[in-house]
Amino acid sequence: MLNFILKRLGLAVLVAFTVSFISFSLMFLSGDPAAALAGETASDQDVEAIRVLYGFDRPMLVQYWDWLSSALVGDLGESYYFKLPVSSLIAERLQVTMLLGLCGISFALLTAVPLGVAAAIRPNSIIDRIALFLSVAGQAMPSFWFGLILIVVFSIQLGWLPPSGTATWRHFIMPTIVLGYYAMPAIMRLTRAGMLEVLSSEYIRTARAKGASEFTVLFKHALRNAIIPVVSLAAVQMGFMLGGSIVVESIFALHGAGYLAWESIARNDLPTVQALILVFSLFYIVFTFLSDVLNAWLDPRMRAG
Amino acid sequence: MNSPLLRVKDLTIDIPVGGGTLNAVRGIDFDLNRGETLCIVGESGSGKSLTSLALMGLLGGRIKRTASQMEFDGIDLTKANSKTMRALRGDRMAMIFQEPMTSLNPAFTIGNQLMEALLLHRNVGKEAARARAIELLEKVGITAAESRLSQYPHQLSGGLRQRVMIAMALMCEPELIIADEPTTALDVTIQAQILRLLVDLGREMNMAMILITHDLGVVARVADKVAVMYAGELVETGSADQVFNAPMHPYTRGLLRCIPQPGKTERGARLGTIPGIVPNLVGGVTGCPFRTRCDHAVAACRNAIPHRKPAENHRFRCVHETGHQTAETVV
Repeated sequence: MLNFILKRLGLAVLVAFTVSFISFSLMFLSGDPAAALAGETASDQDVEAIRVLYGFDRPMLVQYWDWLSSALVGDLGESYYFKLPVSSLIAERLQVTMLLGLCGISFALLTAVPLGVAAAIRPNSIIDRIALFLSVAGQAMPSFWFGLILIVVFSIQLGWLPPSGTATWRHFIMPTIVLGYYAMPAIMRLTRAGMLEVLSSEYIRTARAKGASEFTVLFKHALRNAIIPVVSLAAVQMGFMLGGSIVVESIFALHGAGYLAWESIARNDLPTVQALILVFSLFYIVFTFLSDVLNAWLDPRMRAG
Repeated sequence: MNSPLLRVKDLTIDIPVGGGTLNAVRGIDFDLNRGETLCIVGESGSGKSLTSLALMGLLGGRIKRTASQMEFDGIDLTKANSKTMRALRGDRMAMIFQEPMTSLNPAFTIGNQLMEALLLHRNVGKEAARARAIELLEKVGITAAESRLSQYPHQLSGGLRQRVMIAMALMCEPELIIADEPTTALDVTIQAQILRLLVDLGREMNMAMILITHDLGVVARVADKVAVMYAGELVETGSADQVFNAPMHPYTRGLLRCIPQPGKTERGARLGTIPGIVPNLVGGVTGCPFRTRCDHAVAACRNAIPHRKPAENHRFRCVHETGHQTAETVV
């Protein structure tokens, strides 16, 4: 097991390096950063001055090394727009995003897994139909539309929940539902399919033949095997929620990292965008690593691989 | 000791299918005493496995089981609720399945799964369960038993897994063990070993055993009683001696002609075959199910078939009083 973890960790670090290089190079594909910074009215001399000032005249690999070595000690440069260190800017915004992401994935898992299990126990029953309806609705509704509907109903008409901001936990209820409901259908369907397959397997019959109760059969013998693909999916969804909650953050005016990314792209704020891409990719890498470890713990056959 | 451990009368299993009802098992009767071995033989699809699952109460929810009597040591299995059945399963009656490769849960260690069998039924601690698991692994001939406990099923070969399955079934020392083709999925060289082990342990623990197989050689060696199934019916039952040496039903004789017999089958002679296929069991089944493949079929085979009892404990079903045995040349 330890061997497996170390191997995966090594792999994760390699992926992180690759991603950091790609994310750094991407910024040069969008045009001359010095020209973009100087603005449309700047003279050629100004552009050149900026180029030298920010070091864009150096070879790209040198710039990358420079950026990476300071990034490794937590210095991600200074935001062109906010004139603040990018690291503290992101750290502040990430709190909101991470809280929202954790709430969202918890909401998704806590609704999707029990619903998927219930649907699999009695396929084609009324519970299965309701679960199917909920998941189709979740897949069909765009987040921004669902978010706006919630605001119209619960904030404007009923006045139960605040429509925007991050002041209290009540501000997070609607964003959590919108974000979680987006991830719910896939997790639910995968849980249902996994449980259906596992429940018809022979080791489940063995467990019943031993005299295990239905509860033990479902939650010890079946769910542990059925949940394995769900873990991988949830990890990807979690990464997506942390990096891609831009829509939800804008609708509910939550000033999180997703919103910051959107702002920074619009403002050509290079260091911030670079840093955010790096952070978001690191999230994916960390969650993939964690899900690999969790899966290896759940399924001993994976530990060899 | 007077009443049998297991008594089954008129067991019928119906499976709803697209075009109606599949009458998979029809009117099965048999008794089994403590310590006795009953072999159920018959070709694939004759209802052998369904019968064993029905005894364990492990048929799926859609499958309908009826019986005029089904008693295990005085407990009426037809009326037993799921709690009673759970208490019996794994404790007093255990089952070994055909597929050792897929019958163990891949996510748990051998030790966990073995101990679970005991912990579900006995109020003992983990240490005692562990000791029992080691004891049984040694009993089924697994070396380094203690270190096996922390292994996972995928780390064991098929033969070892089936030994683990046997050990698991024996954890609570059941009175009845049902083995559904326990060696079919195994390497031929391992088959004999596993079977020998199962039969020896059964005798040692004085367990009644229902062994489902289509290997007549095995039956001849281990069976006290033999039940021949064809298309969901028991066509002949009797002691091993009766069924092998005085087979009455044409199907039984057909089966026996399919295997070489020492001293009877000449070298170079052709082995017998039974032409035709098993009839479709969807919709009402009347008359003798074997009549479409039987050499002695007459018009009366379409009607109800009488139960005949040529000797004590020997029964068969055929319109011909002696199963038309005399019309055939010697087996």
